Amino acid sequence: MTQLTPTRRGFLTGAAGLVIATQLPLAARAQSAAATGSFTPNAFVRVGTDNTITVIIKHLEMGQGAYTGLASCVAEEMDADWSQVRAENAPADASLYTNAAFGLQGVGGSTGLASSYIQMRQAGAAARGMLVSAAARNWDVPESEITVEKGVVRHDASGNSASFGDLAEAATESAVPVEPPLKNEEEFTLIGQKVERLDSMAKSTGASDFTIDIYRDGMLTVAMRHSPKFGGKVASFNPEPALAIPGVERVEQISSGIAIYGQNTFAALKGREAVEIEWDDRGAETRSSEEMVRVWTEAARKPAAVAEESGDLDTALSEAATTLEAEYVFPFLAHAPLEPLDGVIELRDGEAEIWMGSQLQTVDHGVAAQTLGMDQGNIKLNTTLAGGSFGRRAQPGSEFMAQLAEVGKAAGNGAYKLLWTREDDIHGGYYRPLTVHRLRGGLDADGNIIAWDDTIANQSIIAGSPFEEALMQNGLDATAYEGSTRMPYAWPNHRVSWARMESPVSVLWWRSVGHTHTAYATETFLDELLEAGGKDPVAGRLELIKDAPRDRGVLERVADMAAWSGAGTGDKRYGVALHESFNSYVAMVAEVSNQGGMPHVSKIWCAVDCGYAVNPDVVIAQMEGGIGFGIGTAMFNEITLGEGGRVQQSNYDTYRMLRLNEMPEIEVSILNTGNEPTGVGEPGVPPVAPAIANAWRSLTGSTPRRQPFTVALS
Amino acid sequence: MTISLKINGEDRTLDVDPDTPLLWVLRDELRLTGTKFGCGIAQCGACTVLLNGQTRRSCVTPIGAIDGYDVETIEAVEGPEAEAVQAAWVDLNVPQCGYCQSGQVVAATALLREMPKPTDEDIDNAMAGNLCRCATYTRIRKAIRQASDTLEA
Repeated sequence: MTQLTPTRRGFLTGAAGLVIATQLPLAARAQSAAATGSFTPNAFVRVGTDNTITVIIKHLEMGQGAYTGLASCVAEEMDADWSQVRAENAPADASLYTNAAFGLQGVGGSTGLASSYIQMRQAGAAARGMLVSAAARNWDVPESEITVEKGVVRHDASGNSASFGDLAEAATESAVPVEPPLKNEEEFTLIGQKVERLDSMAKSTGASDFTIDIYRDGMLTVAMRHSPKFGGKVASFNPEPALAIPGVERVEQISSGIAIYGQNTFAALKGREAVEIEWDDRGAETRSSEEMVRVWTEAARKPAAVAEESGDLDTALSEAATTLEAEYVFPFLAHAPLEPLDGVIELRDGEAEIWMGSQLQTVDHGVAAQTLGMDQGNIKLNTTLAGGSFGRRAQPGSEFMAQLAEVGKAAGNGAYKLLWTREDDIHGGYYRPLTVHRLRGGLDADGNIIAWDDTIANQSIIAGSPFEEALMQNGLDATAYEGSTRMPYAWPNHRVSWARMESPVSVLWWRSVGHTHTAYATETFLDELLEAGGKDPVAGRLELIKDAPRDRGVLERVADMAAWSGAGTGDKRYGVALHESFNSYVAMVAEVSNQGGMPHVSKIWCAVDCGYAVNPDVVIAQMEGGIGFGIGTAMFNEITLGEGGRVQQSNYDTYRMLRLNEMPEIEVSILNTGNEPTGVGEPGVPPVAPAIANAWRSLTGSTPRRQPFTVALS
Repeated sequence: MTISLKINGEDRTLDVDPDTPLLWVLRDELRLTGTKFGCGIAQCGACTVLLNGQTRRSCVTPIGAIDGYDVETIEAVEGPEAEAVQAAWVDLNVPQCGYCQSGQVVAATALLREMPKPTDEDIDNAMAGNLCRCATYTRIRKAIRQASDTLEA
């Protein structure tokens, strides 16, 4: 794959020149769409003569609620009736569908709604303006006398009324408003309310089409065999045993392994088992993860690159009345979305069409073009619903797209569905990086925290990717330690350092990225320092965040919700944690008991400040889901490399998810603080594990220093 | 080998490798794509269907072993329990990514057919085998209770 990197980077630099911020597309679009009878005022809205409003969604819907969030912004400003609103995936087109936060089409970092909130409302307001203008012309009345409510356009004085559908054709003749006025918050009727998710019905009846559900005429299904070790390559292979299986059509070597093409999935899967491969492990990672933990730990104990500091840490530590020290180990983690990685490619004489749950469409589109040696204009990339992602479908190097394109290219004209097995997924790398934290803290004689030192050792996600130039500064990859820096707590002397580790094991952002480990290490260690200083976990934190109103807000709210009165003394204990990520503030209290030596979580209280909750029910759902995701991970999940470097887990039996019977009761409270809306897809994950661990320390006297808890406590 | 089955009320005769898991017959041969592939080893429940009314993991059920059976998939699951379940699923916005939800709805429907008033423990027992990576579990629980209440009313 590495041979593609330089040109990929060149491609991305080119893409950056295509940035079109939140500008509305041209009126020419309205003209061209008129032929179909529907009204397309801009690239985001289509009004059919059947009175449906289709909102074109530029971000991948992977469960986070992109359809509902973006569409409700459009519908709000149109004064539409929610029942007439539909959602449709946008094509890959960086000239129209760029994420303002990235400068390319794609979503991640919980930016989906935050970056689109104004743009989608403008698109809706423009559509409304054009419909009103059409009504005014039809009825020969002033626009100012026209009202719109729940999709009905009215002129009371003349008694005229029309639906959007009635006006769709005439509206194509309206001028596109340049700066349509937007509503004030108090005028909202959809934003800020619970609405039915646009994808709920189809997803409850099996009608939704994911990538795996795409079938093309004559399509072959393709299974892969990858090196069992990271960085290994094919030395030689024998396709004959696979080709002898009825239904196996061909076997091809591509840069990332061996591709087996079957007339159907079962044939491809049998062929996958049958093909004989010799691997070349020169250059492969052969260390076990335990060896890696030792190396990472050594690095965290030494001075490393300083990411942030204040005061004079070394003096403060040496003068402290009490010092504490702790080391934490966080394993590699697979994302394990329930729909394994998959994609469909159809090649037709120099043209290609691709279906994929693409999270970074611009990057994927470019890599497809490059791999196929085609002009991007000859490749249509259709974004399909994704059965989960959690970061997995956002690959800065587009390795999966490159594999799909190579699978197509190796076989020529025809349609191919590349489908990974669960084992491919669990063995497949792109993990949350294995991470070690070493923390030191110092208290003065009154129990106040005067020193805080955190050294983090892990691999860089950004280095070596096409995002390196844009995102790495002074050799530092902030995603490696984000959440350890910019903490809200006011202490006079602190230092955060990063030791960059190297391994052929591929790593990737994983739901909440650096915050997955920083929240746990910092919030549990802080809790111990507060205890050592004789302070209550809530009151002690509040003392340290006097000048951080949003942190205070969620912490005070969650303490109220849980009727906080300390960690407790009975069978049920309480732990608290506070963490901001992606500009959303979340605090949680966990109710935990000791069940056979393992934490049993019976209840989580959660307070979230995401500025302004556009879809409160989606916000609550993302907190609930983030909590379940975070608990399952902290309790059970690790990817380990055994002696020789092979991954020891393979499927949901050995990499197990939280189950329904293990899900605690959850109570979520949203603080609307009048700030700009910020994302909620990730921020629900970080605080839950440290809240549980803090309650556990109250029960047992010790903090699990390692995740998962099943390993730490066994 | 020729296998005869009733699938969603329709008699079908299929000429396929008898080792083929029912999942791939449903999807690849019959294009009944609501039933999903998640693990292939009966660990996740995304492929749950009803065989003679009982929940079954179609990913590990060879088609040759179920000659003559009655298969019901998400596409055709119907009756008062299924309707109540699906209505509650929509009302409570249960799905997130939605990939597991066909299996969840089929499993919840089977539960309510057998046990119209399940206790929380019954729900836990019946649903613990259906994984949801988005962890929509609190809503699944609530939706089953709501569907149960609707059926009673």
